[in-house]
Amino acid sequence: MLCGLVRKVIFATRPVCYSIESRMMLRHNRRVGAGARVIELENVAYSYGGGELLSDISVKLAPGSFHFLTGPSGAGKTTLLKLCYGALLPSAGYIRLFQTDVRSLERDDIAQLRRRIGVVHQNVQFLDHLSVTDNVALPLTVSGRHNGAAGSDLPELMNWVGLTNRADAFPPELSGGERQRVALARAVIMSPDIVLADEPTGNIDWEMSQRLLTLLVELNRMGKTVLIATHDLGLIRAAKAQVQARVLRISNRRVQLAGADL
Amino acid sequence: MKFNLATLRGLIAGDQYAARVVPPSGFTAQLTLFASGAMAFLAVFALALSLASGRLAQRWGDELAGTATIRIVAPQDQRAEQTAAALNVLETTPGVASARALTDAEQQALLAPWFGSDLPLDTLPVPRLIEIFTTGQSFDATGLRLRLAAEVPGAVLDDHGRWRAPLVAAAQRLRFLGWLAAGLILAAVASMVTLAANAALAANAQVVAVLRLVGATDSYIAQAFVRRFTWRALVGSTVGVALGIAAVWVLPAGSDAPSFLTGIGFEGVGWLVPLALPLVCALVALAATAVAADRALKELS
Repeated sequence: MLCGLVRKVIFATRPVCYSIESRMMLRHNRRVGAGARVIELENVAYSYGGGELLSDISVKLAPGSFHFLTGPSGAGKTTLLKLCYGALLPSAGYIRLFQTDVRSLERDDIAQLRRRIGVVHQNVQFLDHLSVTDNVALPLTVSGRHNGAAGSDLPELMNWVGLTNRADAFPPELSGGERQRVALARAVIMSPDIVLADEPTGNIDWEMSQRLLTLLVELNRMGKTVLIATHDLGLIRAAKAQVQARVLRISNRRVQLAGADL
Repeated sequence: MKFNLATLRGLIAGDQYAARVVPPSGFTAQLTLFASGAMAFLAVFALALSLASGRLAQRWGDELAGTATIRIVAPQDQRAEQTAAALNVLETTPGVASARALTDAEQQALLAPWFGSDLPLDTLPVPRLIEIFTTGQSFDATGLRLRLAAEVPGAVLDDHGRWRAPLVAAAQRLRFLGWLAAGLILAAVASMVTLAANAALAANAQVVAVLRLVGATDSYIAQAFVRRFTWRALVGSTVGVALGIAAVWVLPAGSDAPSFLTGIGFEGVGWLVPLALPLVCALVALAATAVAADRALKELS
């Protein structure tokens, strides 16, 4: 359970925590399969409104990898991310999530698969009538796991993202940075194998961006695959100083590995 | 939306957390409750009318089928003689349980509504009436009519079939119309719930998007809406049925004579029919919302 890991990350100064964390990472790797790709796009194309938005995209994300997806506005970063979590289906090519072709799945099966993917959306969406805590627990609720035991881990997760004092607030009362951190907490509460973030620092200041990036790097160190779509080159440079990250650039509807200048 | 035992259990028992994912819809909820209640109230009257018509048709059919009448239309001096002859014929007629000639007082009572109670029957050419009670199917009206023509020339047999048939047919048609009205009312409930569910789903498109983002299946999302509308229909129709039954209960009972106006209501096991209405309304709402949700969620994909 991620909350257990979070506890270890928070109190990482304790030596014993690393061994527990290592065991959890091992379990994570066994779950996704050694050497397997958690996300695999093969010759993917996506058309919308008669025009082709993405063309001949081939990307493979290995478990525990850290990737950035960059490119100019309108290049298709959000679309590619949506393809990666099954919100959109490709016009051509294959998308395999955890080695399963998404086009062979029913809608409900894709939803089940999505529980293994935490998403921090560009336009962070919450249920405004629920408190922050209830919004964070929403993935547990929809998967029928919202019970007393699971609920008791919520405060630790709220503490991890630094929002303990905002637990009973409602989404419209939150600042941009707080909303992003709530979104991150919600994205990881199911202990997903993959975390996808779409412009997670788009509406927040530099200090808050760094804080959010630190949380994402911590998740990656726990063995989670992280893919961040952003046009913030400063964020990418800051991340590369902390973690081995690869940068994919979308240009002319295709994805290519960015050069060392990033 | 897939229906299985887990779905049914979820609909009935619910989930305190899942129930909150769809925001409360306030005014729409009140409208759904009111419309379900009003429809159920009307359905109670439609059913009461239908069941009463059925009983009336049955009663008329039974009563008229078990009786016949002979009119002795003969000169005054032969009337008593022909009446006796007719009674003799009836004594040996298969299927006749009993027969008797009406007394002057009884005939006067029959005519009193039109001519008053002081009518001098002995001075008027009023035919003598013989009332016949039959035993059922073995009574042969055609054969009796032929015997009477031969032995009692002034006797005219009326087996009531001439005016019984249209009355029974009318009552049966009214019963059918009552059921049809109840069916249309349930169809209206389904339409109303479908419209309300569509409106709720359209108004909550963002909620649906968020739920999908966090891994909610369409079955889960549909169930959240279906449960809400089913319960609203159940509660609204229960109140409507209770008020409808109370209104039928206080309708004036009238006399023992069967009548459309005073006979509307329920008898015996007939009371179970309106009591089943809330359940039927809830099932109709469940089906309507499930179909609407399924269609709306496909469109929101």
